[in-house]
Amino acid sequence: MKHETLSPLVDGEGELIACNICDGLHRVVDLPEGGRMRCVRCGTVLLRNDIRSLDAILASAAAMTILVISAVFFPFLRIQASGFSSSATLTDTARAFAEGLTAPLGVALILVIIVVPVVRAVALYWALLPIRLGRPPAPHARKAFRLACLLRPWSMAEIFIVGVAVALVKVGGMATVSFGPAFWELTLVTLIVVLESSSFCEKTLWRTIENTSRS
Amino acid sequence: MAHDREHIPVLTAREAGLLGCGHCGRVSAAGTQVCQRCGFALHGRRPASLQKVWAWLFAGLVFYIPANVYPMLETRFLGTTTSSTIVGGAIDLAHHGAFLVAAVIFIASVLIPVGKFLVLGYLAWSIQNRVALSRHRRTQLYEAVEFIGRWSMIDVFVVAILAALVNLGIVMGFNPGAAAFFFALSVACTMVSALSLDPRLLWDLAEGTGLE
Repeated sequence: MKHETLSPLVDGEGELIACNICDGLHRVVDLPEGGRMRCVRCGTVLLRNDIRSLDAILASAAAMTILVISAVFFPFLRIQASGFSSSATLTDTARAFAEGLTAPLGVALILVIIVVPVVRAVALYWALLPIRLGRPPAPHARKAFRLACLLRPWSMAEIFIVGVAVALVKVGGMATVSFGPAFWELTLVTLIVVLESSSFCEKTLWRTIENTSRS
Repeated sequence: MAHDREHIPVLTAREAGLLGCGHCGRVSAAGTQVCQRCGFALHGRRPASLQKVWAWLFAGLVFYIPANVYPMLETRFLGTTTSSTIVGGAIDLAHHGAFLVAAVIFIASVLIPVGKFLVLGYLAWSIQNRVALSRHRRTQLYEAVEFIGRWSMIDVFVVAILAALVNLGIVMGFNPGAAAFFFALSVACTMVSALSLDPRLLWDLAEGTGLE
């Protein structure tokens, strides 16, 4: 069971932390392994002490990079109907919007399903790997982590795979569909995103980065 | 249980004359411009938060109209071309018996965007007016909107995948319609709107009065 700490109010000495949801002030307490400190008023998790979360984030970032990049080169779906056949890769998908009004959408699509997930993963690695290895932080580690935080809502690889599933059903009645290797890679991406988001606590990670820069 | 806690008297960073960072939680002295821990700009409350929420929300609403009027997808099948709007596509799917997928599209393209307009508008309005819903419930609404908004993009992805994959000359094929462009813009605008909302404003309302 998770050990939950409702942090005490601000009497006494020690570091303060403000809740990012309700602005309530709290005194930082030492958490046991696996423990969490929540805002006494709104219940938001303020800090958590879980060394496995760094591993989970780094593993996710590595897997995400490999999977998304390789999914660019392999087709993820292939269909056959009336003697014709065709297949689609991630880049084909973006190119579907190559004409007229929808052209900018093709660029946006490449950004949210390929570029942003990969850049974000690299930035996370840059900022957090040295910390995990107990080394001093890399140059510009804070800048890299800031980028990763800003890009977070715009990384949509996992939404794309749900779109693939929906498209499958739409075409299913008209043609024979078979899965390419990239389909399974993208399915893995979805699981990885879930794993990462359950480990990602921005306030804790910022504090970790700060503490390692000092020593 | 959580609701009892809502009225626990809490000293906020602002009341204490300090600045709390909205990203990393570090507490800085008043007047500090940039957070020493994370490097994001420090604001007691994000400036013009509500104006930005309303502006982006309105832009999203405007783009949502052509997104529903223009065709989302053009289908070529054995020489005939039919086009369908977002809602039309979902209805077609339901007619073909694919109820689950029809529901996914309907929820992602209609319920979530419309719900998001209503919730964001309500939250921004609730900051300026007294409302019955507790701060805790409104915080949950805010978090839900922030989390779920991106999923509206599904339909745009579906259209792109279909157009890329199914291209068998005159036999069968899909083309994306103009609605895909407007819909993606609408989703992006409402995402920025949700990101512009400073959740601390939701809690400021009743500060000092104890109850709302």
